[in-house]
Amino acid sequence: MKIKRFGVAAIALAAAGALTLSGCTSGDASPSAGAGDSSAVITTNGNEPQNPLIPTNTNEVGGAKILNSIFAGLVYYDAEGNPVNDLAESIETDDAQTYTIKIKPDQTFTNGEPVNAQSFVDAWNYGALLSNEQLSSYFFESIEGFSYDEDSELTGLEVVDDTTFTVKLKQPESDFPLRLGYTAYLPLPESAFEDMAAFGENPVGNGPYMLDGEGAWKHNEKIDLVVNPDYDGGRKAQNGGLDIIFYATQEAAYADLQGGNLDVLDAIPDGALSTYEDEFPDRSVNQAAAIFQSFTIPARLPHFDGEEGKLRRAAISKAINREEITDVIFAGTRTPAHDFTSPVIAGYSEDIPGSEVLDFDADEAKELWAQADAIAPWDGTFQIAYNADGGHQAWVDAVANQLKNNLGIDASGAPYPTFAEARTAITDRTIQTAFRTGWQADYPALFNFLGPIYGTGAGSNDGDYSNPEVDQLLDEGLAETDLDAANAKFQQVQEILFQDLPAIPLWYATVNGAWGETVENVEYGWDSVPLYHQVTKSE
Amino acid sequence: MAGYIVRRLLQAIPVLLGTTFLIYFMVFAMPGDPIVALFGDKTPPPQVIEQLRERYHLDQPFIVQYFIFLGNIFRGDLGTSFSGQPVSEILAATFPVTLRLALLAIFFEMVAGISVGLISGLRKGGIFDASALVVSLILISLPIFVIAFVAQYIFGIQLGWFRTTVGSGAPTQDLILPALVLATISFAQITRLTRASVIDTDTQDFVRTAASKGLPRTRIVPVHILRNSLIPVVTYLAVDFGVLMVGATVTEGIFNVPGVGRTLYQAIIRGEGPTVVSFVTVMVLIYLVVNLLVDLLYAVLDPRIRYAK
Repeated sequence: MKIKRFGVAAIALAAAGALTLSGCTSGDASPSAGAGDSSAVITTNGNEPQNPLIPTNTNEVGGAKILNSIFAGLVYYDAEGNPVNDLAESIETDDAQTYTIKIKPDQTFTNGEPVNAQSFVDAWNYGALLSNEQLSSYFFESIEGFSYDEDSELTGLEVVDDTTFTVKLKQPESDFPLRLGYTAYLPLPESAFEDMAAFGENPVGNGPYMLDGEGAWKHNEKIDLVVNPDYDGGRKAQNGGLDIIFYATQEAAYADLQGGNLDVLDAIPDGALSTYEDEFPDRSVNQAAAIFQSFTIPARLPHFDGEEGKLRRAAISKAINREEITDVIFAGTRTPAHDFTSPVIAGYSEDIPGSEVLDFDADEAKELWAQADAIAPWDGTFQIAYNADGGHQAWVDAVANQLKNNLGIDASGAPYPTFAEARTAITDRTIQTAFRTGWQADYPALFNFLGPIYGTGAGSNDGDYSNPEVDQLLDEGLAETDLDAANAKFQQVQEILFQDLPAIPLWYATVNGAWGETVENVEYGWDSVPLYHQVTKSE
Repeated sequence: MAGYIVRRLLQAIPVLLGTTFLIYFMVFAMPGDPIVALFGDKTPPPQVIEQLRERYHLDQPFIVQYFIFLGNIFRGDLGTSFSGQPVSEILAATFPVTLRLALLAIFFEMVAGISVGLISGLRKGGIFDASALVVSLILISLPIFVIAFVAQYIFGIQLGWFRTTVGSGAPTQDLILPALVLATISFAQITRLTRASVIDTDTQDFVRTAASKGLPRTRIVPVHILRNSLIPVVTYLAVDFGVLMVGATVTEGIFNVPGVGRTLYQAIIRGEGPTVVSFVTVMVLIYLVVNLLVDLLYAVLDPRIRYAK
């Protein structure tokens, strides 16, 4: 048996696993009619979905790209990541805890079934039920009645009438409306519950597109979508359909774009990163994405706790020349980080007090390190663990070298052969080094970058960071009904994070894409997925 | 003959059991939890992980998992992939594609390799022989992904003779380019093998006898020399066919061929045990059958070989 690797890009793609994505469209940017042939079908790259096409069981890009095209939820996100009502008429709350949601009347799924309040409540209950084993069940954990320990109904959901339902959360969470564009919150038709497995193979939605008949999902090859004539929301398709072709490697997809067999591409293989903008002038993009990359230093590591730990963390952060690494190793396809979130998120700021700790300063780094040594002398090697199948070696080695040179300590990368192996060691806490961490936002909100990672006991708090002040501010932020007031609290959280540095911010990823000569109006959303509905094609 | 075939097929059973056990063990021993990896950089609640482990029997000890798998196989159930597709369906969709690709590649390398090898062998030391040697050495030393990328760039992107990647349904005309790429490596081997074998046969007594009997060269070459030179080549071709059936992973990836290699690779990356083991089981079967056919073919090529009961 010959098993060789395709190359880093392919593995990174596969290993990126559940980097979750959501909403992918924009309403107002729609082009004027007649710019292209409205019956022309757009072809684009995708991945074979890892799971059946069920909204609550899809947490990776391959499936989300399809689901967000064939479903319309309460809201969708425009190119800037602002939520725009899709099916919702209004989402109202007085206390950030109880929400009244009204949806548009007379909406139907493509099989003729009505889309009403019940479609949402049933779908959410299905997604939350423990025994249904849905990958995205945790999106419902803040709704009253949710339980991880037993099957229990979401008692917080109540249907008022055909077009109205209320949601009661366990505690105030002001960013709940921002989440509603995520794939997990999509509605399901009644027929879905009769045979969910069959539905996952041939899903019936209510979005701008629909499957091109039964069996449109040709596994490992492609999925063909046609326009849903009944959709009348803000994402009306300006083209005749969408063929999503599944590629095993980014190289193959790129070759197809070069060869004219592909219209829109949203991933450029590593080997072409430095050349694609010249090859596709005016037809390529390199813009910030909602992806934050860092490495986490767990507090349980010796020398990284208390005052000594703070000094050492700050020293490490200041010893890294982010500018140099993003230029040399990533050819400008990463942007040095200025905070713990992402520039595409509303409320983002470059100048949070304390963010100076991210500026490169070798002398100060050495000084800080020496102060820490005065508390307890350093010994051993500083290691950063990473999965060797994800193309991380180059930057980890570069960071280690900078630490070596600027701090005068022994530093190195600690590779794990596979993504699964690295994640397992991180999840069961057997890892005894710092490790690579990344976060791709599920929905465009500051809280999504902070709460799940730095809250005490939070799901993805892999470094076991705990600071009561941070927890307090996160709760306060969630209780604010005004978004700006909430974001102010979250920025205060970041001020504390800059002092504690539970993770060392590195850079933000960018979306790199290109498109063919015959297509126009190509725009990439906040989540790096092209806004397919507005793409036009001439021919 | 029939007895021989039956005996060989019976031998296949322990081989099959042994290989599936080994493969299953290796997949099982692969470090890392595929369920955790399903969630990417995010950490799912432990209860959710537990539920999913149970569903895929990952919470059971290895030997129990293996027997569950074996039991299911005997019931014709090869399991389902994470995406909910029965593995048997994946097999049915991918194997024909890889089979067509492999047959095309074998055809190209056989026609080109044997003719070039034959001419080289008959005109040993000539200019044709020398150039064939140089070309085959170059091809042998090039890694396949280099050949694949270059071929894709020149013939797919620049000249536009072929589609850059294989389109939906893997139409045969799209498979020609990847098949040619696959054929290049073995072409060199077959050329060398045929040449050496032809040279060897050419000096045999029976060839001299045929010539002294006054048979024309046009009859000696195909009937006496070529036929007798083909035995090692056929063995090689069969082995190569087996390899192509199970492992054109790199080429399938570059040309996006929806075949066995690409699918198996993805399954390995995702840690989908059932898919991997089922694929490998079928591959082992193919390998065994192909080898049996080769052994039978010997008898056809060389009348001296007889299979006693």
